[in-house]
Formats: sequence, C-alpha cells, structure tokens
Amino acid sequence: MNARANLQPVKWVLFALATMVLVQWNSSAHAVDIKQITSPGGIKALLVEDYTVPLIAVSYSFKGGSTQDMPGREGTAKLLTNTLDEGAGSIESQAFQIRLQDNGMTYKFSAGFDEFTGGIKTLRDDREDGFELLRLMLNEPRFDVDPVERMKASRLRGLQGQETNPQSLSSKAYREMIFAGHPYSRPTEGTIESMQAIGPSDLRNFVERIFARDNLVVGIVGAISEKESGEMLDKVFGGLPEKSKLKKVPEITIKTGEDKHVEFATPQTNIRIALPGIKRDDDEFFAGYLVNYVLGGGSFSSRLYDEVREKRGLAYGVYSYLGTYDHAGLVGAGSATRADRAKQTVDVILAQIARMAKDGPTAEELEKAKKYIKGSYAITNLDTSGKIASVLVAIQDADLGIDYIDRRAEYIESVTLEDAKRISAKLFGGKPSVITVGQTVK
Amino acid sequence: MTLRRSRTALFSLALVAGFSVAPHYQSDHWSTATAQAAEEKIGPKVTSFFLANGMQVVVIPDHRAPVVTHMVWYRAGSADEPPGKSGIAHYLEHLMFKGTKTTANGEFSSRVAAIGGQENAFTSTDYTGYFQRITPDVLAEMMALEADRMENLVLTDELIIPERDVVQEERNARTENNPGSLLREAMVAALYQNHPYGIPIIGWQHEVNSLNKDDAIAFYDKFYTPNNAILVVAGDVELDVVKDLAEKTYGKVARRAEPGKRMRPSEPPPRAARRVEMEDARVRTPSFQRLYLVPSYNTAEDGEAEAFEILGELLGGGSTSRLYKSLVIDQKIATSGGSWYQGGSLDDTIFGFYGAPGQDTTLADVEAAIDKEIAKLLASGVTEKEVERTKNRLIKQAVFSQDSQSTLARIYGGSLSLGATIEDIESWPKRIRAVTPEAVNAVARKYLKKKRSVTGYLSPEKKQG
Repeated sequence: MNARANLQPVKWVLFALATMVLVQWNSSAHAVDIKQITSPGGIKALLVEDYTVPLIAVSYSFKGGSTQDMPGREGTAKLLTNTLDEGAGSIESQAFQIRLQDNGMTYKFSAGFDEFTGGIKTLRDDREDGFELLRLMLNEPRFDVDPVERMKASRLRGLQGQETNPQSLSSKAYREMIFAGHPYSRPTEGTIESMQAIGPSDLRNFVERIFARDNLVVGIVGAISEKESGEMLDKVFGGLPEKSKLKKVPEITIKTGEDKHVEFATPQTNIRIALPGIKRDDDEFFAGYLVNYVLGGGSFSSRLYDEVREKRGLAYGVYSYLGTYDHAGLVGAGSATRADRAKQTVDVILAQIARMAKDGPTAEELEKAKKYIKGSYAITNLDTSGKIASVLVAIQDADLGIDYIDRRAEYIESVTLEDAKRISAKLFGGKPSVITVGQTVK
Repeated sequence: MTLRRSRTALFSLALVAGFSVAPHYQSDHWSTATAQAAEEKIGPKVTSFFLANGMQVVVIPDHRAPVVTHMVWYRAGSADEPPGKSGIAHYLEHLMFKGTKTTANGEFSSRVAAIGGQENAFTSTDYTGYFQRITPDVLAEMMALEADRMENLVLTDELIIPERDVVQEERNARTENNPGSLLREAMVAALYQNHPYGIPIIGWQHEVNSLNKDDAIAFYDKFYTPNNAILVVAGDVELDVVKDLAEKTYGKVARRAEPGKRMRPSEPPPRAARRVEMEDARVRTPSFQRLYLVPSYNTAEDGEAEAFEILGELLGGGSTSRLYKSLVIDQKIATSGGSWYQGGSLDDTIFGFYGAPGQDTTLADVEAAIDKEIAKLLASGVTEKEVERTKNRLIKQAVFSQDSQSTLARIYGGSLSLGATIEDIESWPKRIRAVTPEAVNAVARKYLKKKRSVTGYLSPEKKQG
C-alpha cells in the first residue's frame, strides 16, 4: 500500500542460488543463546555468536526519534535516514555510494516517534570495511548541500503526494486528534514547510544530540566472536559522545470520544478508530495483546475479520492493534471500504469493540490466542540473522531481560480468563474516536 | 500463435512481489544483501522429483530454525483466463479458503493459526501460489489440507458473493484509489495489443462484478490438478520425510485435467509508438513512465534476458546509475529517475523507465532527458567497467537470498512455474558473468525502439479558468 509505488517502480533485486552458502543454525534451533557483552571501551550489547553462516548482522537503536525534531524542523530524523549514506569523512556522496555498493553490505536506517534505528548485514570476510563504512556514516556524515537538497526534493515530492492520499490524510487526522498538543501529533515525515526549512545544520544538530552512547542499544548476530564484537563496538560507536541531549517528552493519554470526517473525493473511504491502550511495560501487556488478537490481531482469524470481511464482504483489510509507544498506549482499529458502506463498516467494528468490552474473549478464543501468540514468535522473528538482531535490540529497548525469549511463553500462559475479561473491559470500554476520509454519500 | 521455446526463466522476485495480488496485506521485512565471490561456496542441496500423478516436488533444506515454508504453485494465472472473465484466477485464489467436502470454511486457516503459523496466497499473470509458514510438526497436516483443496473445493453463493465484494475492495485499495495505478493499468493495456498481459491481474471492475461460481469452478477444474502444480517445501525438514508425506497426500490426488501447453494470443510486431495521458484531481506531482515490449527469460534469445538484467541496473538501478546521475544529480531535471527489467514472465515482458520532474521542470523535460540518455546509450554503448561493476553488484545482492527460506521457496516455485529448471536457476550467476558489453549494446539497439513503447504522463487536473 505504498502511495508512491506508482511514481517510482521498485527495482527488484535478483536472487541467484548457485552462490548459496550452506546455512545451518547449529542445533540451537530451539533456543537462541544470547550473551551480554561489554566492549573494552564499556559499550554493552547482546550477542548471538554462530559461525555456521559467514554473515554478521548488527542492529542498533538510539532513543530519540521524531519527538526530538526541533519545532519547525519536523521531518529531520526522517531526512537523516536518507542523508547519512550520502557521503562521510573525506568521501563525497557519489564515491561513498559506490563504495557501499562495491562492499555489498546491506544497511538501513529508520526513524519512528521514539527511536532512531539502523542495521547492517555484512559477510564476515567483508566485515572490516563494512564496519568502517558504518562508523563513517554514524560518526562523520558530511551532509553536503547538494545531496541534502536532492533528498529533500524527493521527500517533498512524497509529502505533496500525501496531500491526496486517503491513508495519509487519515493518518494525519488521527494523529492530530488523538495526540493533540503532544509531540506525537507532529508528522514524523514533516510538512512541506518544515522539510523546506531543514538544512545541513539541522541534521548535524540532530546527530550531535541523539547519536550517543548512553541511549544506544546494540544487537549482534552471526560469525563474530565476543572479542571481535567488542572491537567492532568500540570502533563504530566508541567515538560517539557519552551523553545524549534528549528533550524530555511528556506522557499523554490519548483523546477519545471524538469523531472526525475529512471530505475527499476517492472511491474508497479510509476508517480509523482509536481507544486508550497500555504501554509495553504494563503488567497486563500480554493480557491486552491476547485480547487484541481475538478482536482483530489475527490476519485470517479474528472477530473483525469474520464480521467485516468474511460475513459481509465489506473490506479487503480490517485490523486492530496495540500501539505501544514510550509515552502513550493505544488500541487502534481500521479498515477501508466503498463510500456507501463506510457507515455500516464503522458500526460493525464499533459493535465488536463494545461486545469485547462487555464479555471479553471466550475461554476457547483465549486458548487459541495463546497458542498463536506463543507459536508465531519463532516463526515470525527468529528465522534470519537480521531478524534475531532486531529482536536483541527490541529486548533491550523495552528492558525485557536477557532471558525474555525463554520466559515469554510463561508470561502468556499465566494470563487467566479473568485477566483477559478485565483488560478487555478496560481497553475496549471507553468511547472510541472515529476518523473517516472519503466521500459523503448523498 | 507463436511457439515459444521454454527455456531459462530466472525468477526475479518481481513477479511475486510486484504484480501479484494477495488475499491479505503482507508486510515485507527488509532483506537481501551481499556476499563475496561466492561461486566456490556450497549451496543447500535442492532436490526435485515427480510424483506418479505428475506433480513436481522441490525440497530446500534449511535447518537454522524450526520453521518450514510449504508452498503449492499452479501454472495458471490471469493470462490463462477465458475472454470476458478477467479476475477469475485471482477471485478463485480467494475462494480456495472457503472449504472443501470435508473441511469447513476457514478451518484450514484456523489450523494454521493454531500453531502461530503464517499463510497467504498470491496470483500473477502466469501462476497462482498458496503458502504456509509453520513448525515442522504440522507439515503433514498442512500437506493433507492443501492436497484436499486441490480437488475437493466446495463453493456456495452464500460464501462467495461477499468475497466478490472483498475483491472489489481490494481493487479499490490497490487501483481505484490510486491514479498512478490507474495510469499503469492503461499503459500496460496499450502496450499489449493482443496478449492478455494487457488485462489487469485483479480484473476489470465491470467484469469482476459478474464473475460467479461456475466461472470459478471452470477455472479450477481446468488448472488445479497435480500435473499442473509444483510443491516446494523449504526449511527444517528431511528429504525422506517430505517424499513420504507427499506420496501420502498429493500423491493420492488424481489427475483432474490435462491443461497442456500454455498458448496465449501473441503480440503482432509493434508498429506504432503509443502515448497515454491521464489527469486526475488527486495527483499533486506529475510523473513520467515509458514501457518497452521486450523478451522475458522465457522468450529471449540466448543471453538477451541476462543482458537486459545488466542494462536495467546499469542504466537506472539506483543512485549510482546513469539515469539518476544524469537527471537527478547533474542536470537536476528530475527528483527521481531510473529503469527496470522484469524478466520473470512466460511471454514477452517489459523494460521500463520512470522519472519525476522537479519544481521547475516539466514531464516533457524529463522525457527529453531520458530520450537523450537512451540515444547516448544506443550511439556509444556501455563500457566494460560499468558492466563489470554491475555484474558484481547483481551477484553480490543475490547471495544473501539464502538468509530467508521463504525467499528461496519463492524463487524456486516461481522460476519452475515459468518453465525453468533447477539447473537454470543455479546457473544464473554464471550466465550473468558471461554477459559482454556488446551483448548489452545489442539488446538496447534491438529493442529500445519507440515503436515498441508506450509513454505515459500522469498530471494534476488542469485548473478551470
């Protein structure tokens, strides 16, 4: 559902297979052996050491995402994701791009509300060069005017496109309503005005405030020893300042009970619904996660799927989710349907939310949810080195503990039907906010 | 009709990811990567064999995690639909979840969910695929259920009429709500003057409206048969186990039909350059596209598809490509610009260009700049150095595909559905290595002719008064 897909066909990557390296995850298939390590320079990380694949994945996260954009410079963190690789140290944009390509490593940067994250994958034999390129991008980005302007132009184009994209319009209305007055209400991508205003100094300023050692977590997976990991950590992250300069972000309870319609001429109406939720550190997180699965978290099996799609054919997609941010928790739900069935679709979703608030899940539904949530973790998250590295970062970001993967099933099992009913009443009992973007049917 | 030699079809993920239509939203994890000179490395031993009923089986071992990807591919896609029934391949894909003689509507999905598995399905112009990502202990059950719905599908109007609305909403989300998709649909329809690739996979809205149970069953009975299907099992399984289970499940399904060789109406020699222009109030910034009709891996002369692969990358595959450097960096005419080749299709396919003007330039400026780059390419050709760098890059990108068993399963299933052999897939790097600058120049000069193309302009609606 990429609004820009029409503008820029994705260049599909080709895969060849004769070149395959035999990949074996040892016998550790059922238990990921995680080590807490500390580099000589004092940088901590979680490591899963394994030599069966000659590949190393490193993921990292800095606390502080778009909430740390300066007022009037919204979109800075996002623009950073496009400009860190546009030249670093003494190497200018094009030369740097060529070096990245010739090395062959993959890398990514991303920015959310609360974190700036990234990751690389490199073959063990290419690691020294790969780590050096990562060090350069994080420590010595150039932000030359020309490439920065180029990336801004591309982002501005995307922002203009968002003005007539129903999903973007609904996301904007949603954010501005439920997070009113809070940094979360600001667009992570920025606005046309704020993006135009951002210059190299804003990017530099963001990096100086956010890329530091005290708000950093790192996950490492693959063909790399503890000692080599320590050396990598000191090389890549050791030159960063010790302390970040994070702006304090207040807590917010999302606003509910309001409805908003944005009139926009397009065949399919976008629907979003919000309720206050819980945060990740809530004791009842798993109870909430389970009841959300029953309502609309399962892709082929949920109450919303049955009622909205299966029985009535109202929509292709319908969902609900727990939004767990550092400073807010929410329950979101949504769908999209043709204009003349929008009201019916909203009513069906609201009725299911109300039913869930009143009765909670059945014992059978809760058992099914537990089985799904337990089983899906390994199937979804632990089958590639890159995904495991991301899990290592997430575990640290949320402070879940090094034994989280082993204990997760117990947490899920310990949720009782009473717990589930109590949290259902709490999560779904309020008056939801409803946002629609589309045409009014006369 | 033209007889086409069935040969190498490297499967680029393009077909699955780009032009397929799935019954549910899918999220893509970041993937792909790099490698060193990896020719000398040993790959997983991929095994293939046939069941007595003609069904091909491919086993790709990957024991890193206790996960198995189980896929069934049918050699039937939207280009195999009868006239007037556009969208039936995709609609049937949705209906395959509605139950069988012995399995209730939704029961298969509920078995997948019961162990935390993932599932989905997809339809392209040339194939339709179904998959589950599961733990090894339930593989037998998945195989039994998938084999069951190969022959025992039961459809009732009560179940399938709401699903037709679901499909229309899928079309709304993908196409009707998106002017860029509408233009693309019109361009592809103009490019293919006779071949059914000109019809959208999801179907024309007015034809989808009248699809019914009989249409779905007719397509099902014609193409859903073991001798027209490929089973791919990747992950934490042993060959012997898969063999045994396949015999006990799919092996019991009788040959239901003989679909034979796929012969679609073929294209006449293209004679006229075509232009498609669309204005839409929802467009904020204009965009340019050009599509050329070119051979696919399956229809190309020896080495032509590989040469196109290099050309697409070298000319427009990223921030160091010729087009990006010229249009975006040096001349500052465009905010984006590039080219692509979609080699994985049964019949002739598309080589495309795209670009978006900046604040002070127009679509005509972008088109002229792209035409100038094409003219330069045709006149002066590519350099040895450019070709080498591009080869290295493509091959390096390819190596990390092994990091994902689902990616592997898709590559094998897709390629085999398009007529490739396992040897074809495995020799791809070698064939890419063999591409010469002369070969790249030759395909450019032979096929990048205006008369083979459709040019598309997408613009904001002109203001009244």
